[in-house]
Amino acid sequence: MKRRSFLGLMGAAGAGLAAPAVAPVAARAAAKDFRGYHDTPGVLFDGTRCIGCRKCELACNQVNNLPEPEVPFDNLEILNTRRRTDSATFTVVNKFDTPGGPVYRKNQCNHCLEPACASSCFVSAFQKKSDSAVDYDETVCVGCRYCMIACPFEIPTYEYHKAFTPRVMKCTLCGPQMRSGELRLPGCVQACPMEAMIYGPRHELINLARRRFAAFPGRYVEQIYGEHEMGGTSWMYISGVPFTQVGLREDLGTKSAPELTAGALAAVPVVVGVWPVLLGGIYAINKRKEKIAAQEQQEAVAAALAKAKAEAEENLTTSLSKAEEAANRRLDNEVKKAVKEALAKKEEELKAADATKTDEEEGK
Amino acid sequence: MSTVTNDDFKSYLTPFNIVTGLIIIAGLIVTVIRFTGGLGAVTNLDDNYPWGIWISFDLLCGVALAAGGYTTAAACYVFGFKKYHSAVRPAVLTAFLGYALVVMALHYDVGRPWRLPYPIFVQQGTTSLLFEVGLCVFLYLTVLFMEFLPTLFEWTGWRKLRDALVKMTLVLVIFGVVLSTLHQSSLGALYTIAPSKLHPLWYSAYLPVFFFVSSIAAGLSMVIFEGSLSHKYLHRMMDEEYNRNHNDVVLGFAKGCSWVLFGYFALKMVGLTYDNNWHYLASGFGAWFLVEMLCFVALPAFLYAVGARDKNFALIKWTAILTVLGIVLNRFNVSLVAFNYHLPSEAKYFPAFMEIIISVFIVTVGVVVFRFVSTRMPVFFEHPDYKGQH
Ligand code: SF4
Ligand code: SF4
Repeated sequence: MKRRSFLGLMGAAGAGLAAPAVAPVAARAAAKDFRGYHDTPGVLFDGTRCIGCRKCELACNQVNNLPEPEVPFDNLEILNTRRRTDSATFTVVNKFDTPGGPVYRKNQCNHCLEPACASSCFVSAFQKKSDSAVDYDETVCVGCRYCMIACPFEIPTYEYHKAFTPRVMKCTLCGPQMRSGELRLPGCVQACPMEAMIYGPRHELINLARRRFAAFPGRYVEQIYGEHEMGGTSWMYISGVPFTQVGLREDLGTKSAPELTAGALAAVPVVVGVWPVLLGGIYAINKRKEKIAAQEQQEAVAAALAKAKAEAEENLTTSLSKAEEAANRRLDNEVKKAVKEALAKKEEELKAADATKTDEEEGK
Repeated sequence: MSTVTNDDFKSYLTPFNIVTGLIIIAGLIVTVIRFTGGLGAVTNLDDNYPWGIWISFDLLCGVALAAGGYTTAAACYVFGFKKYHSAVRPAVLTAFLGYALVVMALHYDVGRPWRLPYPIFVQQGTTSLLFEVGLCVFLYLTVLFMEFLPTLFEWTGWRKLRDALVKMTLVLVIFGVVLSTLHQSSLGALYTIAPSKLHPLWYSAYLPVFFFVSSIAAGLSMVIFEGSLSHKYLHRMMDEEYNRNHNDVVLGFAKGCSWVLFGYFALKMVGLTYDNNWHYLASGFGAWFLVEMLCFVALPAFLYAVGARDKNFALIKWTAILTVLGIVLNRFNVSLVAFNYHLPSEAKYFPAFMEIIISVFIVTVGVVVFRFVSTRMPVFFEHPDYKGQH
């Protein structure tokens, strides 16, 4: 047994062992969060087949009744400038110069499985349909253009020149035309002379891509762009050159748009629930503090009053007793004085009596 | 008595009135162009830059700078800093006008403004952070209006209505804080959906926290800044109580703001470490990031602390201006400068002249209305009939 295939077998066995353990958990999570996109249709774009003929652009323009472009579709010179979608162009093919020569890549709405445009729209104007198309409802759109901020693939465009009925414009995956039976395949897929695009159930497209990787070793970068990017897209790409070289960003990560904002949204009930309680509590504490302060102040005032009163009473009693004492002393003094005076008077009388007596005696 | 003399007319021709008059005329002209020619006729917006200066300045900065309403009201009524009482009314009035102008600006920016009530009344996109912003701004505007009404009723003398509303003050304040927390942070959270478009130095899962914390600094600084402006130009309207407390308010807010800015700086550093983005500092965007962090966050945090310690009112006022500029810079960086950083520079957006006119026009309308209200209604003074009653 060759070492490579042995490792491969080991890997497969490992995956097989791990799968039953993981699957129920994933299924349970999926049952809650995702409807599952296993059978939904998608498109696989094979960059090794595209020749940059712009037939898909033409078809898109006709199917969607878009205005004539400035540069006609048979002019391939325009491929030398990088273009993006705009309100009159839902898809563009760009030419990329790579070390191995020019490579072409078609660009349009990727009809994400968990679309950023849909999760960002505040009137739910975008909706992911069961036929994979991400639909836009112009009758509710406010024109805030947050969807354009949110889309990681820079797809939605806006009719800036319209005063009263501006719309967000983007590829519809020909959802309306296919639902009405007018088309069997998206216009661009049908028009491609190279069969660079294949329309079918998403999981089958993924299998097909893997089969091509196996059938043409060395031809592809063995990765399917869109299988996991931003949570996965209905439109997927395989390429012979690294995806960044054909204008597909590889730094988007695998988190879907709703996952990116889930944290912030989850904080809402926390704030709504906790803040009023917390603030009410702080208020109550402050009120209580104030109340206690007021009470303490009252008590202090009362105590001060009582003290003042007691002091005053004491003062009064002391001064009263002092006054009494003084009065007594004065009385005493008066008495003493009176006694003294009386005594003195008596003495004088006695003296006078004595003197008269002597006089009488002398005058005899 | 009723003849208008030449002198009356002349007294209206103050430089202030002439300049505001001209701005308002220019604004009205652009308004007509906008609503007849569409957004394309007046703006430089394109498919890569769907949001320009009307969102960056009028919405993001406008809401942040109007944060003085909830911060002051919370400080006074919830946290019990009674000495800030005199600052509540001017702050509430500013916030109310601020939000009203934000809504007015949105009418210019969205494609079909008559549908602005749709997200609330017709079909709700509850997974959208913009829905949260819209709902909160709508509710908060109502709350601010009710917080402001007593001032109006005192002026018109409708005592019963006024008393009923004053009784609800605390509930309104708490409601206001909840709503402000939500939408201030949601404005930052708007950008969490676009990690591939915002430069890593500004993108963070913490964006909502950054926006909320910096809005507190913005609110406090605006109260200081505006307080000193009003002090200069509307001094005659202020009563003793207002003037006596003014210095206390300024010192207290300066100290608080210093703490908030230090905290904000620390949080930003945590974010930087958490996302392991330090290596970006060596790039051009890194230098710009450092300018924002050092000159407009760390520096004012330090200056506020010094100003509060030394009771240096001039320094505090200048620091308030620096902080306000810093918040504006931050919002511009998130929404314009670091946004779509991967695009070639010729694809970058620069506001059109008429876009700037509208922004200036809206600010001017705000100043005029503020002057009208605060020179007539009991904003900077207590109404003699209602002294000490709220
Ligand atoms: S590519 Fe953009 S516009 Fe298309 S579905 Fe995804 S997020 Fe929406
Ligand atoms: S512009 Fe329209 S579709 Fe896009 S997010 Fe706003 S309301 Fe929704």
